[in-house]
Order: sequence, then C-alpha cells, then structure tokens
Amino acid sequence: MFVDDAHRQAADLAERMVPPKWSYMEKLWMPIWDTLNIATLGTALAIIMAFPIAFCAARNTTPSKIFVRPIALFIIVSSRSINSLIWALMLVTLIGPGVMAGVIAIGLRSIGFCAKLLYEAIEEIDPSQVEAITATGASGAQKLSYGIVPQILPAFAGISVFRWDINIRESTVLGLVGAGGIGLQLDASISTLAWTQVSMILLVILGTVIVSEWISAKIRHAII
Amino acid sequence: MSTSRNWKRPPFIKNPTLRWGLVLGAAIYLALAFGTMEVNWSRVAEGATRGKRFIAAFFPPDFSSRLDSISDGIYESLWMTVTSTVIGIALSIPVGLGAARNLAYKPVYYFCRGILAVSRTFPEVILAIFFVKLFGFGPFAGFLALSVGTIGFYGKLLAEDIEDMDPVQAEAIKATGARWLQWLNYAVQPQVMPRMIGLGMYRLDINFRESAVVGIVGGGGIGATLLTSFDRYEFDSAAAILMIIIGIVMMVEYSSGYIRRWVQ
Repeated sequence: MFVDDAHRQAADLAERMVPPKWSYMEKLWMPIWDTLNIATLGTALAIIMAFPIAFCAARNTTPSKIFVRPIALFIIVSSRSINSLIWALMLVTLIGPGVMAGVIAIGLRSIGFCAKLLYEAIEEIDPSQVEAITATGASGAQKLSYGIVPQILPAFAGISVFRWDINIRESTVLGLVGAGGIGLQLDASISTLAWTQVSMILLVILGTVIVSEWISAKIRHAII
Repeated sequence: MSTSRNWKRPPFIKNPTLRWGLVLGAAIYLALAFGTMEVNWSRVAEGATRGKRFIAAFFPPDFSSRLDSISDGIYESLWMTVTSTVIGIALSIPVGLGAARNLAYKPVYYFCRGILAVSRTFPEVILAIFFVKLFGFGPFAGFLALSVGTIGFYGKLLAEDIEDMDPVQAEAIKATGARWLQWLNYAVQPQVMPRMIGLGMYRLDINFRESAVVGIVGGGGIGATLLTSFDRYEFDSAAAILMIIIGIVMMVEYSSGYIRRWVQ
C-alpha cells in the first residue's frame, strides 16, 4: 500500500521543498504577467458575451420565452458544467498551446457564471422606472439603455470583479495542460522534481491570490 | 435656452479624474497585454479545420469503442464526488463551529480560521498534485484533494452563516438552562440548516465538476480518460465523455434546485 509510507513521503517532500529557491523569482515575473492577462482578458471576453445572453435569459427582457430563453439557459448551463481546465484542454488541441487558449478557456467558462448572476439581477429590477421611460415614447433599445442598464450597472460591476478574483485562482493551474501562465512553470518544475522551485511558485500563487482577493473585496466594498 | 434644457445621463463614476484615469489605465493595460501576448496565428488558423472535426465528432459521439475506460472513469468520479462531499462536510462542521466568532474562544477561532484559509487558497488540482505524491496515483488522492477543498468552502460558509444568525433565539434557548450541545442543537442548527443543505448540494455539484479534472494530474476519475482521448485526437470519444459530464451536472443541478425549494 502507498498509504503506509505517506508520512515518510510527506517528510521527504517537506525536506526537499525547503528552502524555496528565491533566485527563481526573476524567471517568474513573465509567467505572472501572463496569468494576470489570462484572468483579466478572459473575464473581459466573458462579460462581453454574457451581456446579450443575460438579456435573452431574463424573463422580463427576453425576446421570446419559447425559443430564445431555453437556448440562452442551455448556453449558461453548459458553460458552467465544464471546468476551465477541460475547456483549456480542448482549446490547446484545437488552437495550440499558449496564452490565447487560456484566455478563451477562462472566457468560455465564465460566461455561464456572469450571465446567470446578471440575468437574476435583471429579473429583480424595479419595473416602474422602465414604465416611466416607456411613457416618454422611448424605443426598445432606449428603454434598455435608460431604463434597465442603469439599474443593473452596480450589480454588473460587482459580478465582474468577483469573477475576476475567481479567474486569477483558476488561471494559475491552466498551464498544467499547456494553456500558458505560471502553471507551465509549475508543471515543468514538478516534472523535473525541482521541488524548491515548486515551493517558490506556490508562494507566488499564494501571494497573487491574496492580493487579488484584497483588491476585489476593496472594489466591491466601494461599489455596494 | 436650448443648451440649458439638454439632459445628460449622470456618469457611473462621479469623480471625472478617477473616471478618465480608469479609462486611460484600461487602455494602457490592454495595449501592454496584447503587445506581450505571443500568439502563433498560423497554428490558430489550423484550429478551424480541427474545430470542424471536433464539432463533427458530436454527431454522433462514440460511446462504444472506449466504453470500459469511460465507465470506469465515471464510476471513479462519482465515488470520489459522493465520498469527498460526505467526509468533507462532516469534517468541516467542527471547523466551521470553531471559526464562528460568536461561538468560539479567540485561540480556537484563529486556529480554525487558519485551517479554512489554508485549505481554500490552492485550487483542488494543486492539492491533488501533492496528494498524488503522498498517496500514489488513483482516486484516493483525488478524494483527499476534494475533501480538503470541501472543508475550506463549506466551513467558511457555515461559520459566516452562524455569525449572521439571530442571537435572540439563541439567548432564549440559553435562558431555559440548556447545556452547550442542547443549545447548539436547538438554537443554532435550525437557523442554519436550510441554507446549509442547499450549499451541500451545491458543493456536490462542484465536487463532481472538479473530479473531472483531478485526473489530469493523476488523481483518478474521468479526467484521465478525457486527457488520453484528446491526446490521441479521438474527438468522438472525447465528445461522448463531455456529453456525459454535462448530462450528470445538469441532473445534479436540477435535483439540487428541487431539493433546495423543498427545504425552504
């Protein structure tokens, strides 16, 4: 049984991981930048696509409850049910390894999350404001832009920042399947059993996650 | 006359310096990000034909030729999902109780918060890498990784829910002379139970999705099968696996929605 010698393996691993190889840091700046880009651009991509889908999925704004709404809901569910690593795995085989695959994977994975929260926010808006805009003789697009969008904008900003924070966490591991970012270095260091580099990378991931969580909490606090 | 009657919508961010600063910052960031991104466009263009093949593989997906490894993988994934959810939630209850500020003493509070912070920081996949190293390849490593992830998620939400509970009811039970366990059972538990059942179902859902990826680093489950099928360019088997995953997630999601409505 492998389980029997687990404590010895753990002691061995701890011994080999300490101290972290501090000098490795200079090779990590670029991967961190890539990781941040994957998370940020992926979130931006997701928001752009989630916006129309959310309007199609919300009961009070959907063009057609019978055709369009089920399709929008299906897009939301399938985007949410596939993990970003699996999206990345697919995209790496399709468009090749690199940051691009990571950005699209994060984008596709986040559509469902953003669109779901956004359409719930749209369903909860105050209808009297929309009615007031309608009474001025506004067209459909004007109703959307003056009656609905101002009401969901705070929720929208909050959702984006929240998802960005989650995406930072997810984009650190996308490199394991070749989709760029700091996960590539992690994978390479584990494969070569360079455990002092692994512990350095884990410290960097820890730091990035804590900083991004702090930023996201600050921004959400300022908005709400 | 006409200018004074023109109305402009109020901007979302009132401070103009901050507003234009943000716009400028975003523009600079986008330029830098796209400037440093290395994209092999000829390889991306090649993706179009592969994409067509991949989409074609969905009609029909091939369930039969890798049936053995697919059913083994799904069985392992389901096993990991259920066991890690049950064990993870069971372990997270004491940690969650200890991490609630209105229940625990200060040292216990900080200790339990520390456990939660550590188990929440790393994604399940990274935890799985370590458990694979410690306990060898296979679903046991994946099960441990998911359990630790569950403790972090569930314990934190439980602690926050207990901190938000109504203190009046708790005080009323205490006034009857209840012992600590009775107080927990009659004052705290009924207040947090409905939400926690819903969150437990949600975590089951998350654990299934995660169990599909811990296999990529050797933690057992359907992920390993999926990785192999992509590596061999067997898109029709991969399509079959993806459809099974989506189907199971949808089933869990609908049933959890039903259970949550039934509880509340």
